[in-house]
Amino acid sequence: MAEPRNEDPFSQYAHPERLVTTEWLAEQIETGNVGGPDGVAVLESDEDVLLYDTGHIPGALKLDWHQDLNDPVMRDYVDGERFASVMSERGVARDTTVVIYGDKNNWWAAYALWVMSLFGHEDVRLLDGGRSKWVAEGRELTKDVPTVTGADYPVVERDDAPIRAFKEDVLAHLGKPLVDVRSPGEYSGELLHMPDYPQEGAMRGGHIPGARSVPWARAANEDGTFKSRPELEAIYLQEQGLSPSEPTVAYCRIGERSSHTWFVLRHLLGFDDVRNYDGSWTEWGNSVRVPVER
Amino acid sequence: MAPASAIPETADLPPALAEIARDFAELSPPERLELLLEFSEGLPDLPERYVGATASMEQVQECQSPLFLLVEVGDEPATEASERRVNLFFSAPPEAPTTRGFAGILHEGLDGLTVEEVLAVPDDAPYRFSLAEAVSPLRLRGMVGMLSRIKRQTALKSQV
Repeated sequence: MAEPRNEDPFSQYAHPERLVTTEWLAEQIETGNVGGPDGVAVLESDEDVLLYDTGHIPGALKLDWHQDLNDPVMRDYVDGERFASVMSERGVARDTTVVIYGDKNNWWAAYALWVMSLFGHEDVRLLDGGRSKWVAEGRELTKDVPTVTGADYPVVERDDAPIRAFKEDVLAHLGKPLVDVRSPGEYSGELLHMPDYPQEGAMRGGHIPGARSVPWARAANEDGTFKSRPELEAIYLQEQGLSPSEPTVAYCRIGERSSHTWFVLRHLLGFDDVRNYDGSWTEWGNSVRVPVER
Repeated sequence: MAPASAIPETADLPPALAEIARDFAELSPPERLELLLEFSEGLPDLPERYVGATASMEQVQECQSPLFLLVEVGDEPATEASERRVNLFFSAPPEAPTTRGFAGILHEGLDGLTVEEVLAVPDDAPYRFSLAEAVSPLRLRGMVGMLSRIKRQTALKSQV
């Protein structure tokens, strides 16, 4: 595992070890601590499947949410065996420190982190600000794909229950705190899909009854980094009345934007019990006889 | 849908598009991504007259990243409308290489064809490039959206 950071701008958060700065990562690269059996593994997880290939952080490997983490047939995540080979191919062992970053404010990076958490991978972190911050700071990108010595990741059964909610769980959860992280138009039901994403539409518009509307982007600064803890508390606790000790479920459209919010609630604000409902609106809004509020 | 490794049907595609489809089919899935990246890098820049004029272009909503396209149809009065030449213009940011790659394929395969030829392109042509496995079917819908808008603008602007 990597040593803890010296200066920690993240000590304000509940789980500061879950974030790294671009400076920290650059330092790891410089000191040769990226890749290798004892080094940090850096994974890029983007919405755009080609973006990694146009240039990426030196030493980083691609982890595609669609090709690597989703089951190719069923709407579900890969099983333990497939996950073990995805990790092993990237030189990741069970105790490797993994840093994930990506495009679109780390949506897919947060999603990948959440999926890795389903398998109980202990040390997985996000690069605060993601790919765009690294690029904006003029840091090095390369097209060289590193060669890795495969690791031997064990086959671990996925444990969904603690952090993943299914439709039945949400039905049983009605009346308790829910966070809808979609855009206001999707929440109100005016839009049946996210602006620019009509292919992921639903038969019905609206939201799950009782859900609070907190668009995911409210947790992020302009540069894609996370807001400070006091700012996040002002939004999620004071304004929305959520509580870190109450079981909470977050959802969006397919579960990627809500992974971002899940990360905020679980790791930055320290909610004990927060689950991501990855079926989200593409399941709920297409389901027969589930309650919908507009 | 046929598996990505199957030989795609190309008989009803315009020759340039058919050649691209055959090129992709011969490659392994990782090589297909490399070729798509080449199309992305080869997408021509907008000509001077359209630079900064995306408001006058049509946004393809099916794409997950902003893509604007514009169709020009030649207006030689002596030429039959169906025989006029079609030119395609695209604008997509470098941080959306997949979207640019789709645009690059359509540009190389369709630019300079006649109105009749463009309108005859089958709507499922985007699924003939053996990309479903490497890119995912969901992402391919962006190219379907581009093609349908190209055909619609071509029909409108040629009044066929």
